[in-house]
Amino acid sequence: MIAADQARQRPADARLLHLDANGRVHHLPRTAFVDALRPGDLVIANDAATLPASLAGTHEASGAAIEVRLAGRSSLAADQVSEFSAIVFGTGDFRTRTEDRPAPPTLHRGDRFRLGPLCASVQALLGHPRLVSLRFEGSADAIWAGLAQHGHPIQYAHLAEPLALWDVWTPIAAEPVAFEPPSAGFTLDWQSLAAMRARDIGFATLTHAAGISSTGDPRLDHCLPFDEPYRIPLATLQAIEAARARGGRIVAIGTTVVRALEHSASRREGLQAGEAIARQRLGPASRLRIVDAILSGTHEPGSSHYELLRAFTDDASLRRADEALEARGYRTHEFGDSVLIERRQGLRHADSRPDAADARAPVAQGCACALA
Amino acid sequence: MNPSPLARRVLITGGTSGLGRALAAEFRRRGAQVAIVARHAAGLQRVMHELPRVHGIEADVANKQDIHRIALQALGALGGLDVLVNNASSLGPVPLALLADTDCEALEVALATNLLGPFRLTRTLLGALSASAREGRGALVLNVSSDAALTPYPGWGAYGASKAALHHLSRIWQAELEGSGVQILSLDPGDMDTPLHALAVPDADPAGLKPPAQAARELADAIAEAVIAAPPSEGSSPTPDLPGARA
Repeated sequence: MIAADQARQRPADARLLHLDANGRVHHLPRTAFVDALRPGDLVIANDAATLPASLAGTHEASGAAIEVRLAGRSSLAADQVSEFSAIVFGTGDFRTRTEDRPAPPTLHRGDRFRLGPLCASVQALLGHPRLVSLRFEGSADAIWAGLAQHGHPIQYAHLAEPLALWDVWTPIAAEPVAFEPPSAGFTLDWQSLAAMRARDIGFATLTHAAGISSTGDPRLDHCLPFDEPYRIPLATLQAIEAARARGGRIVAIGTTVVRALEHSASRREGLQAGEAIARQRLGPASRLRIVDAILSGTHEPGSSHYELLRAFTDDASLRRADEALEARGYRTHEFGDSVLIERRQGLRHADSRPDAADARAPVAQGCACALA
Repeated sequence: MNPSPLARRVLITGGTSGLGRALAAEFRRRGAQVAIVARHAAGLQRVMHELPRVHGIEADVANKQDIHRIALQALGALGGLDVLVNNASSLGPVPLALLADTDCEALEVALATNLLGPFRLTRTLLGALSASAREGRGALVLNVSSDAALTPYPGWGAYGASKAALHHLSRIWQAELEGSGVQILSLDPGDMDTPLHALAVPDADPAGLKPPAQAARELADAIAEAVIAAPPSEGSSPTPDLPGARA
């Protein structure tokens, strides 16, 4: 596929590959996304706004230039913004592919970073030379002001121009808790929300702290996605119950929405409103309890996002979709084209009992990383 | 009579003087979590000292580069947003001037502060406001208007034209957002004894002007009433008996 190299959220010629419940492939303009839904369906999107999570600065002990990418947080609470897990890179900027970025100087517990107006210190090393937990100094307001003044969104080498914050906030962006944009939400605009209302298609949101997509190290990448906190509003829980009661489908905008809803539903108490931390990885063996269809970007086989798509449909159907994406020159990456994948008929919803295998699966199965 | 409580998350631009400062105090008194925007650090420090727990954001709403920084800090500090008050205003030329004597740049400043700033900030925060509406909190934007938005007072051209545009923008946006649960109000607080009014009419008798605290109470009452009577957000729970609902 072709990399989308322009940071335009809704290019007029964006396309949508629709893989329906019978495994048939359809092609349509992405602006016609709402036409592929049915009255009574409920669309759920991730309304997280994206943090300016990339912070340039220096490692005080060595004087070396570094880039810190905030990567995780254990809570969504507004006043708990002192502690993050973070990936540290050596010199360089977004024009260098993450995989090619030099390692940071050797890091030790207690090391201090100067990041523009912000100061942070390493609280712990997390089992990898690039991965640390760090603590910012100062009040929550001072940390927010420092991030606003000095931070940039995490950048991508395949884009022609550096990204500004407005490039990565979706039209529905609310609380700034995502580390990279929940980019499936780029599809939505206020016209499409109005079109949903007009067709009696519901719309609801949850907030999920979408994590980073690439660490520059295959061993760490293998641990993605890291643990991610999320919050499901009571209104969204009620909308899901109402949609299911009337036979409507639950359509997730993006992998983070699937991860949050399915994590919540996999717990012993079942789908709940409130805050929790998604730790599971979804794949072909996962049983979907809530989500009937997903709108997502196009993903490379082998990536964690692609594995999640395998929970929706069989490999032969996905292969046909991949071949069609390739043959028709669909664009990939954050600002690329999209797929709408319906859960394959016959892959039935799991019953409501907790799924012990899924619930047990740790975030970093087979990895040495120990994230906070 | 006790004022209606308003336990909401509120962002006020131009929050260190005049009506903005009075609104920050009034909302805080009613139990709101308040963040304010102002251009000067010294004014922010003073108000944050006078009104503990108010979050101060140093930025200029007329500057495009500042809009997402404001949104980031406000949404970060408050954990979301229920009420946005676009209060920061520019007179245009000071002293006031006839349009034929108004520099283009002075008109541009008035438009940037009174029209483009509120447009950009509202657009950037609409996701958070609609999230608030879906959760039944009655999200609302108040654009502070003026009688100069409706009446063509000679000498008030830059201010009046920009406030007229903001007033009409508010009405169109309110119509477009019908069913979303987010309300856009445009209200005229009346002629007040504020630094802005003193710049415009230096020899006005303060006794004939409304104290900003009184205007703030009236606006807070109007907001409280609108928020409590907020129309529910449609779409999150379609009626179950529509044809096709079981398709």
